[in-house]
Amino acid sequence: MNDLENRLAGAADPADPALARLRAVLARRAQEQDLLDVAYRTLDTPVGRLLLAATPAGLVRVAYAREDHDAVLAALAERVSPRVLLAPARLDDAAHQLEDYFTHRRQGFDLPLDLRLTRGFRRAVLEHLSGVGYGRTVSYTALAAEVGNPRAVRAVGSACATNPLPVVIPCHRVVRSDGSIGDYLGGPDVKRALLDFERM
Amino acid sequence: MVTEHGQLVLRVCRALLPEHDAEDAAADALLAALEAYPRLRPDSDVKAWLVTIAHRKAVDILRRRARHAVPVPQLPERVDGGEPAVSDEALWRAVRALPDKQRHAVAYRHVADLAYPDVAAIMGTSEAAARRSVADGLKALRRTYSPPSPKEHQP
Repeated sequence: MNDLENRLAGAADPADPALARLRAVLARRAQEQDLLDVAYRTLDTPVGRLLLAATPAGLVRVAYAREDHDAVLAALAERVSPRVLLAPARLDDAAHQLEDYFTHRRQGFDLPLDLRLTRGFRRAVLEHLSGVGYGRTVSYTALAAEVGNPRAVRAVGSACATNPLPVVIPCHRVVRSDGSIGDYLGGPDVKRALLDFERM
Repeated sequence: MVTEHGQLVLRVCRALLPEHDAEDAAADALLAALEAYPRLRPDSDVKAWLVTIAHRKAVDILRRRARHAVPVPQLPERVDGGEPAVSDEALWRAVRALPDKQRHAVAYRHVADLAYPDVAAIMGTSEAAARRSVADGLKALRRTYSPPSPKEHQP
């Protein structure tokens, strides 16, 4: 390849302002034409960069960086719709509420949620979890009993491990009966940080 | 998809159209792609498919421009605040000055990096003709365009 051909092939320039314009125009027109099945954006928080994704029905996914945002977007394209676009407008409300949460200005979330990525018992667990208030914790065992299946402690664990909406659905408030913290989507350190933060 | 291929579509459109039209064509193409995406067969070559759509949108805009041709030899390109709107604008200008066939062929072969059979399919021509157009186009570009020296390229 000589220089001319290299220049034609071009290096990707993510800072190209036209690309930002293009994204904005596309997001707006896709929304107008009902082609925006999954809108997403990222949000920098004290527990790292979160990916937020929403369908027209509501917030469908919150993902930690360690879940690999590209992989999460690919899974959304697969399971919800391939029409996935960077379109922050739909997520303004969710982003504001999360910012408020991380600055102690808000203790709960008031957002439409799209729970299509979970079903059955796992979904029942997550719906129940929304009732576990800010700063409180509940054990996997107690939660299993509350959902009506005291023997399903492991299933409660896997419901938390596959929570599509961490932070917003507070699976970080579920801990082991012996008081140890248990695992977490965002990593045990993040779980500890969230619990400490809520008690501050 | 846009993150991955938006830049490619934009660059192809820039090779074919002035900046303002290129952005319109790229948006049209990506929106059309978004609309049709769920029907795309999983084994399809997404890049060739997108470039085909971009080609159609660019041709649409070129035809529209030709119909409403204004008696001005060259429309002034976006000039805001004096800063160059696009990096490598001189290169794009040289590409756009090529005859139609060469311009399209160079855009699909070298800007989009498609294989000759794909280039030929998009242009509705033979592979040999596509190769010839690319070679002629590159030859012409070497005459009309000189890359900036590395020093000038520093920001």
